[in-house]
Amino acid sequence: MKSSVITFPGSNCDRDMDVALKKFGFKNKMIWHNDNELPKSDLVVLPGGFSYGDYLRCGSMASKSKIMQSVINFAKSGGLVMGICNGFQILVETGLVPGVLLRNKYLEFICKNVFVKLDNKENLYFKNLDKDIFELHIAHNEGNYFCTKDQLKEIQDNNQIAIYYCNKSGETEEQYNPNGSIKNIAGIFNKEKNVLGMMPHPERMIDQSLSGEDGSLFFKNLINNIK
Amino acid sequence: MEVNQKVAEDHGLKSDEYKKICDLLKRTPNITELGIFSAMWNEHCSYKSSRLHLKKLPTKGKKVIQGPGENAGVIDIEDGDAIVFKIESHNHPSFIEPYQGAATGVGGIMRDVFTMGARPIANLNSIHFGSPQHKKTKNLLRGVVHGIGGYGNCMGVPTIAGQTSFDSSYNGNILVNAMTLGLVKKNKIFYSKATGLNKPVIYVGSKTGRDGIHGASMASASFDEKIEEKKPTVQVGDPFTEKLLLEACLELMSGDSIIAIQDMGAAGLTSSSIEMASKGNLGIEINLNKIPCRETKMTPYEIMLSESQERMLIILENGKEELAKKIFDKWNLDFAVIGKTTNSKKIELFFNNEQVANIPVNTLVENSPLYDREWKKSKLPKKNKIKNETFSKLKIKDVLKKILSNQNICSKEWIWQQYDHTVMGDTIQKPGGDSGVVRIHGTDKAVAASVDSSAVYCWAHPLTGGKQVVAESWRNLISVGATPIAITNCLNFGSPENKDNMGEFVECVQGIGEASKYLDFPVVSGNVSFYNQTKEAGIKPTPSIGGVGLIKDYKKMISMDFKEIDNLVLSIGKTEGHIDQSIFARTILDEKNGPPPEVNLFNEKNNGESLLSLIEKNYIKSAHDVSLGGIITAISKMCIKGGKGIKIKKSKNLMNEIEYFFSEDQGRYIIEIKRDDLKEVVKILNKNSVHHEELGVIIDKYMIINDKTKLTIDELKSYNTNWLTNYMS
Repeated sequence: MKSSVITFPGSNCDRDMDVALKKFGFKNKMIWHNDNELPKSDLVVLPGGFSYGDYLRCGSMASKSKIMQSVINFAKSGGLVMGICNGFQILVETGLVPGVLLRNKYLEFICKNVFVKLDNKENLYFKNLDKDIFELHIAHNEGNYFCTKDQLKEIQDNNQIAIYYCNKSGETEEQYNPNGSIKNIAGIFNKEKNVLGMMPHPERMIDQSLSGEDGSLFFKNLINNIK
Repeated sequence: MEVNQKVAEDHGLKSDEYKKICDLLKRTPNITELGIFSAMWNEHCSYKSSRLHLKKLPTKGKKVIQGPGENAGVIDIEDGDAIVFKIESHNHPSFIEPYQGAATGVGGIMRDVFTMGARPIANLNSIHFGSPQHKKTKNLLRGVVHGIGGYGNCMGVPTIAGQTSFDSSYNGNILVNAMTLGLVKKNKIFYSKATGLNKPVIYVGSKTGRDGIHGASMASASFDEKIEEKKPTVQVGDPFTEKLLLEACLELMSGDSIIAIQDMGAAGLTSSSIEMASKGNLGIEINLNKIPCRETKMTPYEIMLSESQERMLIILENGKEELAKKIFDKWNLDFAVIGKTTNSKKIELFFNNEQVANIPVNTLVENSPLYDREWKKSKLPKKNKIKNETFSKLKIKDVLKKILSNQNICSKEWIWQQYDHTVMGDTIQKPGGDSGVVRIHGTDKAVAASVDSSAVYCWAHPLTGGKQVVAESWRNLISVGATPIAITNCLNFGSPENKDNMGEFVECVQGIGEASKYLDFPVVSGNVSFYNQTKEAGIKPTPSIGGVGLIKDYKKMISMDFKEIDNLVLSIGKTEGHIDQSIFARTILDEKNGPPPEVNLFNEKNNGESLLSLIEKNYIKSAHDVSLGGIITAISKMCIKGGKGIKIKKSKNLMNEIEYFFSEDQGRYIIEIKRDDLKEVVKILNKNSVHHEELGVIIDKYMIINDKTKLTIDELKSYNTNWLTNYMS
């Protein structure tokens, strides 16, 4: 399976994603933001970081970079595109997924383990996963997901919410919400479910010695689903 | 502008220093030249008050590749790998403008490390604030933490450990010390020594602006009521540009184009060009019209003294300009050929076709002032006699509650949760442990690093305090299973012109030297920050020690959380009941006098090495060094982290419970072992003549002390975790 990770100036989780994808069997290529075309890929990943410094709204500069036009075309033709953290912010800026990501509620960067609950397994990302609650890691300053009432209704009607913040037993009360995002949303799909944006970093949880191994489950499952 | 003694004094030069400049040049300097002298001769750059004493530190060792004198120190971690590391202060700017001050401190130290060809793999910091009640403390803390996070997070380098303290002596002068570790191949280390004539001198990175002019001079003076006016001397950080600069420099370094490279830190273009020329015994000629400037009409004086961030000076091999330019173009960074190396042994600057400075390099470096400042020796204070009734009145539970929630003991999670500590995917011990640990990517090795300081001990007796900080750093590395290799030091003191402060400096350095020599734990880099004082009041002497050690097999790393019910808990090292200068004495008895705990280097070495051998043999399930707050504080933290309890029995001796549990004797650790291994562990400890005591057994949920005192682990946790969060909300 072939994957492509886009490196924007200021991306800093691109190597981590490359390591994770290769560990679970992807043939991964790093793609420079200034390139015109994507190589043939089964999966495209927009990694975490601070693309173009994120001095403007997070992800807004990156969403206009050269390579993004072909990423958008790839997504629109049904290709799998996953945005993690800053990648999620970029996806939101392109409009591939709805909503916006605001500054965290307590105005502070948060780096810690969280639990998330899967809501929808009718997609290539989560299909066949045999558990619903995952421990993943977040590290962000702008992960506070927000959208209009109408949008929220549409998202819910279309089953677009991918993951919610929760506790160990899957309860999604406000107190388990680290950043104030609406309905505890931690990740979201486009309507067709081929584009996934999420704040947690599965690539940081791929080894027993790290914060945990739930990321491994995610990647193993993903490559099996694509095959 | 005409230069005279008055102008020189405004530049922080003393009258005899100004006279020396005129004598060396055999003429009056022009304003640009005076600016250059003032930048090179200030305390921050010239180490004029400290050089004599720093020379006495042990800086060599089997694992040392590069000691002090380069951008950072370098140590060997085998298999062709090396670690580049250094700690540096950014105290003065952080007090004036906490966010930018702290951020550029982090940026500066990372640049020092990647200048040598190393990719930064971990950041640490040691930050010290005034009393929590002081009106400025909260905002300074918030600003500094945001600044450190803002820069380090954006760079994508994990912040893996740190230290925070509060003490009223920092009310008018906070301390912000930042440390970075980088990884490099031993045969790809870059140095700052210029070699070869007519080699192109290249400027890369950000453009030069008017920010930070005289930053280094500002850091070489005390504060007074006019500090607000110094805001323009604080630099402004741009971590995004630094990230690009890092990637561009590493890309260029993978080839063979670079002869020498130096980052523009304190005193900007001035110190970087002069240091490179001085090390290579060459001259440098620069055309200042070629410098990429951010603002219009910048004068030679401003260009030379600007401390704009994210800039580098490179000396290239001839003919490599195009290749290098292509790389910097790709990363959207400025690139300019600004001059060349010469055999004049002078720094010659041109602007609008006129020579605007012409100074022999040696006058700026070798001939810089050197002072043997007057200093006062300190006496070991007399021990306090504490009456037995004082102790018997106290309940251990009440004392423990106060100690665990003390601002200098409590959990600092509120701080380190704001730092990305897991990016790069190799952090295997997060902040909050004895040391932070990161794997060497793609290998079985890991490096551990910690940063420590003990201002209270250093204040009570500088010589003992200096030794203690090094010993504590050594213990923190051993507690995670790392073999200590070397240290970097950041020496934060008051004014060297005050003989008490100078005495603190001299004797702390002596203590650091003695301990690092005995423990074979050499000093490979560091910096000195004097004049941490507002008007007459200086800070408590605060040397920060950053220690680095190697874990050959990362799967053998140890953490402090209790692992398993029914395992046994032992202490290593003798508890003598030293209460003076402890957290207990200061917070419960309100007693601030007396000597710090004695440091016995033989015991430190013996106890530490014995523990390492137990770890090597897989006997140790968890370990933690005993420091502030004594045995019971250490055990409490192990309980909290592991979510497990303990049943403790104090061994039979003459000490009362309080002395036993809260004394801060040195050279001690708490360890967890399996019951079945007790015999073998005791045998090894006895064979090595290591004092040890059986303390108790791990149980579920409760801490039970001598069958009388009972607390839940949740209680302990709430005492320990709530203080800082409540304080900041």
